[in-house]
Amino acid sequence: MDFFIATVMKVATKNGLITAFVIVGVVTWLAYFVSKRLTKGRIHGSAIAIVAGLLLAYIGGEFTHGKKGISDVAFFSGIGLMGGGMLRDFCIIATAFGIKLEELKKAGLAGTLAIVVSTFLSFLIGAVVAWGFGYRDAVSLTTIGGGVATFIVGPVTGAALGATSEVIALSIAAGVVKSISVMILTPILAKPFGLTTPAAATVYGGLMGTTSGTAAGLAATNPKLVPYGAMTATFYTGFGCLVGPSICFFIIKAIVG
Amino acid sequence: MVIYGLLIMGLCAIVGNVLGYLLGGILGITANVGGVGFAMLFLVLVTRRLMDQGKLSKPAESGIQFWNAMYIPVVVAMAAQQNVVAALKGGWIAFIGGLGAVIICFALIRPLTAMAGPSELMEDDDEASA
Repeated sequence: MDFFIATVMKVATKNGLITAFVIVGVVTWLAYFVSKRLTKGRIHGSAIAIVAGLLLAYIGGEFTHGKKGISDVAFFSGIGLMGGGMLRDFCIIATAFGIKLEELKKAGLAGTLAIVVSTFLSFLIGAVVAWGFGYRDAVSLTTIGGGVATFIVGPVTGAALGATSEVIALSIAAGVVKSISVMILTPILAKPFGLTTPAAATVYGGLMGTTSGTAAGLAATNPKLVPYGAMTATFYTGFGCLVGPSICFFIIKAIVG
Repeated sequence: MVIYGLLIMGLCAIVGNVLGYLLGGILGITANVGGVGFAMLFLVLVTRRLMDQGKLSKPAESGIQFWNAMYIPVVVAMAAQQNVVAALKGGWIAFIGGLGAVIICFALIRPLTAMAGPSELMEDDDEASA
């Protein structure tokens, strides 16, 4: 029996990506079953599957004390490849196939404005909250503000400004909270907040900015909206990294001295 | 052939990301600025051109459609490797900051979308594909 289990483990770990297909397949099947039978289709199967994924990530993180959720467990390591940046971006690009260019053009200006407004707003919100919790120096305030933009903007800003590692960790945590909130809240808030059209999705991508958050949020809401939101979100982090350590820092420094 | 679809998409992905990093370099940051976005634009333009000329074969198209359909499973795998523990342990600053930004930005969707004028999905788009 031990030999049998060891063999299964060996094969599953060696064929990590295939194991990941099987696991995600099972999770998806269970999620759609729950969606249909327990919620009568009110909660979309993909939304349940994504939340199940987050739950697995939590279990993995508690279990291994690693940073990459369930994929830090050897048996699940293929999840890391399947859901990593390379395949995620490849699939996002594939969603652009069949996109309506006219819709994108229509919302282009609004989407661009959304990126600019949301980036400065994120820095402001982050800095205000950090101020409320006792941080007073411009470097920490800007770094935490960057984390509220995305979990990449935070550490990039912090590294450029020389923030402490504690503050950088905090900014990453703020960004991850944002990303996960977008994943979970989007399917719930989409209808009441008017996220039903390609133009709205383009604006939404620019406002939320987190690639992973918008990717999962729109997938659980309406997959047809994915390419529009993903398109603007993909410019957000770059813009944040650009203005964070420069303009945003100068503004915050000018205010707090 | 199926691989031709992946050839087109792969080229778009690589050229787009190279452009993204170059743009970042020009702006003086080591970050990919819009690489995936550029790749998406290229894919739309190239495939539309090929389809108009009747040069995109069904198998090539199915090569692209496969990855399109793999999107949600890949996102589930992505969710499973988020640092959820760090998010929960980040304390109140991370929680209030991150969540606050999301709620405030949701409220901005309508006013900003109004700028774009009328927009809707095609009728056959209504059914959210599983």
